[in-house]
Amino acid sequence: MIPISYFLVLSAILFGLGVVAFVFKRNIVTIFMSIELMLNAVNLAFVAFGRAWGQLDGMVFVFFVIVVAAAEAAVGLAIVITLVQDRQSLNIERVNRLKL
Amino acid sequence: MSLPLLLFFVFALMAVLGAILLIVAREPIHSALALIVVMVSLALLYVLLGAEFIAAVQIIVYAGAVMVLFVFVIMLLNAGEEERTNWSRMAKYVGVPLAVVFLFWVAHWMAHAAVGATAGYAPGETFVTPSMTADLSKLLFTTYLLPFEVTSILILIAILGALVLAKREEKS
Repeated sequence: MIPISYFLVLSAILFGLGVVAFVFKRNIVTIFMSIELMLNAVNLAFVAFGRAWGQLDGMVFVFFVIVVAAAEAAVGLAIVITLVQDRQSLNIERVNRLKL
Repeated sequence: MSLPLLLFFVFALMAVLGAILLIVAREPIHSALALIVVMVSLALLYVLLGAEFIAAVQIIVYAGAVMVLFVFVIMLLNAGEEERTNWSRMAKYVGVPLAVVFLFWVAHWMAHAAVGATAGYAPGETFVTPSMTADLSKLLFTTYLLPFEVTSILILIAILGALVLAKREEKS
């Protein structure tokens, strides 16, 4: 028997690592991957909570999160491709047109 | 220690190590492979939680489709080693400690949440709950039918958006 809180702690750790990767990585594609990591951590929390209360709604929500993440990855990577073709660099610090 | 608990610790360790490898790796392709490890171990954890359908979707959509897309883009852009830049002083002395404190605070809060001892696999319970997927699909096609249909439109728009963005006409 696994206490549900173990899953929640793992979810928090993975989300934290995703935030760390999001802040520290300099590569656009890797930053995108850290967003996916955070979404995965949240999915784990959803399934764990759904399991804890015997509700299937949490899993339905995970299904929708996965669909939205797939759509987001498709559009986001298209944006990354155009951005990299424009800037000739994957470094996020070169993307500074909106910077004051 | 029971077998499910042992499996949980093995897969949790795999997931955390994969996430750390994602941060440490300098080549984007190594980060992508590390993320695939995280996703596969999360799918195995979903099986432990009795959500086989979500586990299958996780493998097929995330570890399959989305990560293939990522690897494809990395190959297409010929993404090499990451450029090193110095962190700002603010990030080094304020950001990192705050992030660590926040992480431990959330972990502590979740470990002592009210759901603490309620669920998981009871000793007599079967390892796989067979009716879960059937109930899930019933819920998905009755209560959540409208959101389900809306997601198909979302996917369609995402395909169109990706095509428009990636196949933009060259402006002279």
